[in-house]
Amino acid sequence: MSRVELTVNGRSVAREVEDRTLLVHFLRDHIGLTGTHVGCDTSQCGACVVHLDGRAVKSCTVLAAQASGGEVVTIEGLAAGEDLHPVQAAFREHHGLQCGYCTPGMIMSAVDMIRRYDGQLDEKTVRHELEGNICRCTGYHNIVKAILAAAGTMRQEDMRAAAE
Amino acid sequence: MYQTTYHRPTSLAEAARLFSEAGDAAYVSGGHTLIPAMKLRLSAAANLIDLRHVGELKGISVTADEVAIGAGMTHAEVAGAAEVKGAIPALAGLAGSIGDAQVRHLGTIGGSVANNDPAADYPSAVLALAGTVETDRRAIAADDYFVGLYETALEEGEIVTRVRFRVPEAAGYAKFRNPASRYPMAGVFVARHGDGSVRVAVTGAGNSGVFRAAEMERALAADFSADALKGIALDPADMMGDIHGSAEYRAHLVTVMARRAVQNLGQALAFV
Repeated sequence: MSRVELTVNGRSVAREVEDRTLLVHFLRDHIGLTGTHVGCDTSQCGACVVHLDGRAVKSCTVLAAQASGGEVVTIEGLAAGEDLHPVQAAFREHHGLQCGYCTPGMIMSAVDMIRRYDGQLDEKTVRHELEGNICRCTGYHNIVKAILAAAGTMRQEDMRAAAE
Repeated sequence: MYQTTYHRPTSLAEAARLFSEAGDAAYVSGGHTLIPAMKLRLSAAANLIDLRHVGELKGISVTADEVAIGAGMTHAEVAGAAEVKGAIPALAGLAGSIGDAQVRHLGTIGGSVANNDPAADYPSAVLALAGTVETDRRAIAADDYFVGLYETALEEGEIVTRVRFRVPEAAGYAKFRNPASRYPMAGVFVARHGDGSVRVAVTGAGNSGVFRAAEMERALAADFSADALKGIALDPADMMGDIHGSAEYRAHLVTVMARRAVQNLGQALAFV
């Protein structure tokens, strides 16, 4: 057993878990954050993407013990109360989901992508960057539209914040 | 996954000591090969020794002749390093073409080189760039390092600490990916060095892992152009054949990818 200590969505959590516990199971089963999904369980589909120390990772391929001491942000940590994160809002606006199963991972990957490219994205880049996230319903078109729209919104917000 | 015990050393010496004391142990770095293998119970180390917090494995240094990358550097860090992009752009491009964005955030060069997956990208660059694999015990020339499928010259408990690459005059990488797994079915790294020699290394296709294509090296040393490779066909008997492609298909792909690598120097291109 290992004592795993994490900051999850800004809150400190600690649990005694088996060393073999995957981060995704730690989040879902031990602290009850079921927004992060298990899809393929083979590091391919991206339904389990969370941010670990500021970078998008597949939480089905990281042990909770490996992550211990780190900071995790999950889909539950994006919205500010009732106000959706711009990427969440864009997915709703542009209908970037059908069944919704892949959506938490898509959104966490999108937030990471927009940050890494400083909002300077085009369609080709978004499609390429989505390589690690699989959606079986939408055909990706509306997901790409939503990410491009959110990148624009976030860039404007950043410019407004910088101006103030 | 079977039960395992996790260890987190903060120095190479501590990691090596834990390994020798533990008996049944494996080093884990990014974990993006080992953890999936453990989940499938293909691998079952009783002890996992995490190298991610060993500071000695970090860092990149570049001189006029050489790029040296700490074994703990992730694919994303190598792909984004301005000094690597400047010295060997095809190497930075190769790092940026591995797996997907999330995998590149954790997977490391040391892990890739230590595991020596027959379809891994990095081994082709190590071989074509006349690299040296440094460990906590010695330095091993690339030509002596890669032994076979998942097999290297590493001894039990030996840790890859750094990978050094010779800066070439020009280099290019091209791979044709399996559309499902995204691993190369043929990846060819071509490098022309300052001494006039040319090295061509092939990953994903050979039936005993990464290898140098001697006939292509000779042809390119005489005439460094894609046309020099026309008509060179590797022997299918040396190629891997499986449900994704026959040995003959892979032999053909190697020549196509080698030509594209030469046509796109300074880049790493992924097809399909």
